[in-house]
Amino acid sequence: MNSGQALLVATLALPAVGAFAAAAVPARLDRAGRIAGTVAAALTFVASLLLLSHGTPGGTGPIRPWHELNQPWVPGLALRFHLGVDGVSYPLVALTALLTLLCCGYTLWKVPEPGRGRLLVALLLVIEVGILGVFEALDLVLFFVFFEIVLLPMYAVIAVWGGEERRRAARKFVLYTLFGSVLLLVGVFVVVSKAGTADLIALTGGAGLPRGAQLFAFTLLALAFAVKSPLWPLHTWLPDAHTEAPTVGSVILAGVLLKMGTYGLLRVGVGVAPEGARWAAPVLGALAVAAIVIGGLVCLAQTELKRLIAYSSVGHMGFVLLGIATLTATGAQAALIGNIAHGVITGLLFFLAGAIKDRAHTGLLPELGGLRETAPALAGLLGYAAIASLGLPGLAGFWGEAFAVVAALRRGWTGLAVVAALGAALAAAYFLRLLRQVTHGPALKPLAQPRLAGAELLSWGPLVVLALVLGLVPAAVLNLSADAVRALAEVVR
Amino acid sequence: MSTGAQTAGGFLLPAVPFLVALIGLVLPRAPRAVAAALGIAGAAGALLIAVVLAATVNGPVEASRRWADLGDLPVTFGVRLDPAAVFVAVAVGAVALAVQVYSVAYLADDDRYAPYAAQVSLFTAAMLLVVVAGDLIQLLVGWEVMGICSYLLIGHDRRLPEAPAAAVKAFLVTRVGDVGFLLGIALLGVKLGTFRITEVLAGVPRLSAGELTAITLLLLAGVAGKSAQFPLHTWLPDAMAGPTPISALIHAATMVAAGVYVVARLFGLFRAAPVALATLAVMAAITMLLGALAACAQADIKRVLAWSTVSQIGYMSGALAVGSPPAALFHLLTHAAFKALLFLAAGAVIHSVGTNTMAAMGGLRRGMPVTFWTMTVGLAALVGVPPLAGFWSKDEIISVAWAGRADGPAPDWAAWLVWLSAVLTVAVTGWYATRLWLRTFFGPPRGPAAEHPHEPPRAMTVPVVLLAVPSALLGFAGLAPGFMHRLGFSGPVHLTAALFVPLLFVAAGVVTAWWLWRRDPGTDPARALGPARRVLAEAFYLDAVQDALVVRPVVTLARAVRRTDETVVDGAVEATGRGAGGLGALLGRAHHAALPRAATAVLAGAVLFGVVAVAAIAFGGAR
Repeated sequence: MNSGQALLVATLALPAVGAFAAAAVPARLDRAGRIAGTVAAALTFVASLLLLSHGTPGGTGPIRPWHELNQPWVPGLALRFHLGVDGVSYPLVALTALLTLLCCGYTLWKVPEPGRGRLLVALLLVIEVGILGVFEALDLVLFFVFFEIVLLPMYAVIAVWGGEERRRAARKFVLYTLFGSVLLLVGVFVVVSKAGTADLIALTGGAGLPRGAQLFAFTLLALAFAVKSPLWPLHTWLPDAHTEAPTVGSVILAGVLLKMGTYGLLRVGVGVAPEGARWAAPVLGALAVAAIVIGGLVCLAQTELKRLIAYSSVGHMGFVLLGIATLTATGAQAALIGNIAHGVITGLLFFLAGAIKDRAHTGLLPELGGLRETAPALAGLLGYAAIASLGLPGLAGFWGEAFAVVAALRRGWTGLAVVAALGAALAAAYFLRLLRQVTHGPALKPLAQPRLAGAELLSWGPLVVLALVLGLVPAAVLNLSADAVRALAEVVR
Repeated sequence: MSTGAQTAGGFLLPAVPFLVALIGLVLPRAPRAVAAALGIAGAAGALLIAVVLAATVNGPVEASRRWADLGDLPVTFGVRLDPAAVFVAVAVGAVALAVQVYSVAYLADDDRYAPYAAQVSLFTAAMLLVVVAGDLIQLLVGWEVMGICSYLLIGHDRRLPEAPAAAVKAFLVTRVGDVGFLLGIALLGVKLGTFRITEVLAGVPRLSAGELTAITLLLLAGVAGKSAQFPLHTWLPDAMAGPTPISALIHAATMVAAGVYVVARLFGLFRAAPVALATLAVMAAITMLLGALAACAQADIKRVLAWSTVSQIGYMSGALAVGSPPAALFHLLTHAAFKALLFLAAGAVIHSVGTNTMAAMGGLRRGMPVTFWTMTVGLAALVGVPPLAGFWSKDEIISVAWAGRADGPAPDWAAWLVWLSAVLTVAVTGWYATRLWLRTFFGPPRGPAAEHPHEPPRAMTVPVVLLAVPSALLGFAGLAPGFMHRLGFSGPVHLTAALFVPLLFVAAGVVTAWWLWRRDPGTDPARALGPARRVLAEAFYLDAVQDALVVRPVVTLARAVRRTDETVVDGAVEATGRGAGGLGALLGRAHHAALPRAATAVLAGAVLFGVVAVAAIAFGGAR
C-alpha cells in the first residue's frame, strides 16, 4: 500500500476510530470524549490536506484518480473496495473534513441540550465517514453503502439535540431521504445488472448501457439525488430539518450533506448515463431555475431566521444544479465551485444563526432587531456572510452563480438564464431584508452574551477567510478540477 | 516611465486602498487616529499613483494575467490604462482624499468612525478597480462591491430611521439593473469566448446587429441603475440619508460616475448599436429634465443637490448617446470637482445649522464667508456661468449634440432630443441653483440656529477650498490641445455663436429665480410653481409607481409562493405520510382479530393457495 492509499484509508478510518473512542468514554468524562473526537477530526483534516499532493494521474479514462485503492471486498458478488480522489471530489473531501473539524471543535465549547456531547461528536464523525466515503467511492455499490451510512446518525442528531419540533422533523428527514435511497438502490441495481460491473471508472461515459437503460437509470438516479440536493419540488424535508437541527447539525447538513446529491448527480447520474442526462437536461434545468426563483420568493416572505437560510439553500443549490444540467465544462466548473462556496458560506450562516438564536432565545425576525447596537461583531459577521451568500463578486458565492448563468446562455437556454439572473437579484432582496430586520433599527431586547467567544471565532474564522480567498482566488478550486471536468465533458458530449 | 512600471501602478491603484480597507475592517475598534491615518493614507497613496500615471500614460497600456478558467472560458485579471482612465482615477483619488480628511471632523463624535473610514477606502478601491479593469468580470467585481459599500455607508447613521430603508433601496435598485449588466457581460463572453475588454472591442465585427443591440441594451440596464438614470434613478435622492461626505463620494467621483465611465470605455460596442444609443438618448433627455425639475421644489438642501446630480449625469449620458465619450468624460471630471465641493460645503452648512431644511436657513453668508464663497463658485460652475468649469464641459455637450443632428452614430431625432432637453435643462438648472443660493445665504435668518452661524473646523474647510480651485479653473483645460487630445477630443474647445443659446437660457433661469425672491425675500421662489410644486417635490410620483408596479407585486407573489410551498408542495408530502400512516392503521385493525376468526382466515388462505396451485398445474400440464 503506498502513501496515497494509506491516506485514503486514513480519511475513513480516523473518524471511525474517533467515533468509537468518543462513544466509548464513560459519561462523567464527557469532555474527554469530545476532545478525543475532535483530535480524530483534526487528524482526518490533516490527512485530507495531504491527499492534495499527487503526481500526474495515470490512465486515459474519464476518471483519472490522483490516488487509488482497489481491493476485492465481496468476491462472490464481484464487489470491490475501490476508493480514489480526483479533482472533482477532492475539494469536497477537504471541505467535509474542515467542516466536521470546525463542528467538533465548536462542540468542545458548547453542547446543545440535552448534553452528552461525546455522543454528538461520535455521530458527527460517523456522518463524516459516510460523506467522505461517498466522495471517495469509485464503486457504485460502495457508493450506495456510504450514501446510506449518513442517514441514521443524522436522524439521531436531529431527533436528540434538535429544537422543539425535532422528532417530527427528523422523521420527515429520514423517511423522505429513505424514499430517495430506494430509488438510488433500484438505479444502482439497473446499472450494475445491465452493465455487468459496478466500477465507476469503467461505467463513466455510459459504455455498455443501451439507451433505454440509460434513460431509466438516469431518471431513477436523478430523482434520488434531487431529493438529497434538494431540487424543487422535492425539497420540503430540508426547511424542517435545518430549522430543527442543532447548530452543528445544520452546518453539516447544509455544508456537505446536500453536496452528496449534487456530486452524485454529476459523477454517477451524468457520468454513468450521459445519454439519459442529455435527454433529461432541459427538464432538470427548468426545475433548477424554478428552485432558484421559488426559493428566493419564499425567503422574501419568510419570518424565521434558520428557515430563511434553509430556503436560501434551495435557491443556491438550484444554481449548482443548473450548472450541472447544462452538461458543459463551464457549467460543471461553476457547479463545483458553487458547491464549495455554498458549503463555506451557508455553513458560516448557520453558525451565526445558531449563535443569534442561542443569545436572543428566538429566531423570529420580527422579534430580533438592532443587533449592530447590542452585538456589533456578530452583526458585522452576519452582514459579511449574507453579502457573500447573495453572490457579491469578489466573494466565493459569485463564481458559481454567475457562471451557471453563463453556461445556461452558452447552452442556448436564454430564458432560463434570464430568470436565474433575476433570482440573483431576489437573493439580494431577501438577504438585505434579513439584515434590516436583524441588525438595523433599535435594539429590541438585550442579548445573553453580546461578545463573541474565542471558540466561536476559532470555528468561524476559517470560513470567513475562505469566503474571501475563494472569491479572490477561485483558481484554487477551479484549477484542481479543470482536467477532470474536461475529461467528463468529453465523454458526455 | 516604462510600460511595466505604468501597469504596475495600475495594479497598485486599487490595491493600496483595498489593503487599507482590509486592515481597517479587521480592526473595527482601532483608535480614531489610527483609523483616520489609514483612511487618509490610502486615499493619498491612490491619488499620488494616479497623478504620476496621469503625467506619464499617453497611449493605451495593458497587462493581464490568467485569473481563472471555467471550462474553456478564460477570465483574466489585468489593467488597461489610457489617459482618460487615469484622469478619472485622479478625480477619484482627489475626491476620496477630500472626503477622508473632511470626515475626520464631520464624524468627530461617531463611535463607529473606524469601520466607516475603512468602508470609504473599500469604496475608493472598488471604483478604482472599475477604472483600471482590463476584464469585464474584474470590472463587475468593482462595480458590485461599490454597490455594497454604498449600502453600508448610506445605512451608517443610526439616528435616522429612514437610513436602513434608503440603503436597501440603493442596493436593490442598482442590483436590478445589474441583472441586465451581468447578462450583457455573459452574452459577450459566450459569443466572443473572452471577457478581456481589448479583445471584446476587437471582436465587435464578429457580432451580429441583433446580438450587439441585445448586449448593449442589457449593459445599459446596469448603467441606468448605477448612474441613476431614468427609470432606475429613484434610489439616489433617498441615498441622502447617508452622511454628507458619503453623498459627496457617491455623487462626485464614484458609483454614479461608474456607469458613464463604463459606457465610454466600451463605446466600441455602443457605436455599432444605434438602437442602444437612441434608447440612451431618450433616457438621458428624460433624466436631465426630470432631475432638474425635481430639484426645483425640494425643501432639503441635500436633496436639491441629489436631484441636480441625476440631471447632470443625464448630460453625460446625452453626450454618450450622440457619440462623444470625450465630452461625457470632460463633464464627468468637472462635475466631480464641483459636485464634491457642493456636497462638502452643504455639509458645512448642515454642521453649522443642524438641519438639512432650507426653510430654517437664510442669511448665512455673513457668518460663513468661506462656505458662502466656495459654494457660490460651485453653484456657478453647476449652472455653467463662464468661465467656470461647468460652463466649458456643458457647452461642449450641447455643441456635440447640435453637431450630432447631422452626423453621428445615433439617429438624428435622438440628437435633436438630447440638444433640446439639454438647453431647456440649462434654464431650470439656473433657476434651482439660484433658489438654493438665495434661500441658504441671503435674506433674514429663518431659524434659531441660522442666527449664529459659524465656520466648521479647518479639516472641513480646507478640502472645500481646495476643491474650489478645479471647480473654477478645470474648464480652461478645454483650451489646452494636449489635454483634449489625451481625453479623446480631436482638438480644443472652440467657442461659437451657438453658445449664446444656452447662455440666454442660463440668464433666463437665474433672473427668474432672483426676481421671484426679490419680490419677497422671506418666501420660497418655489411657491410660484403653484400646484406643480407638489408634483415636482415628489418627482412625478415615480417612487409610488415603482412601488405599485414592482415592489408590491413581488411581495404579494412571495407571500403566495410561500403559502403554496407550505400547503401544496409540502402538503402533498405530509398528506402522503398521513395517508400511509392511516392505511397502516387500517390494515393493522383488520389484522387485529380474535383467535377463531384468525384461524378461519389462515385456513381460507391455505385453501386459496391450494386452488391456485392446482389450477396452475392443470393449465401448465394442458400446455
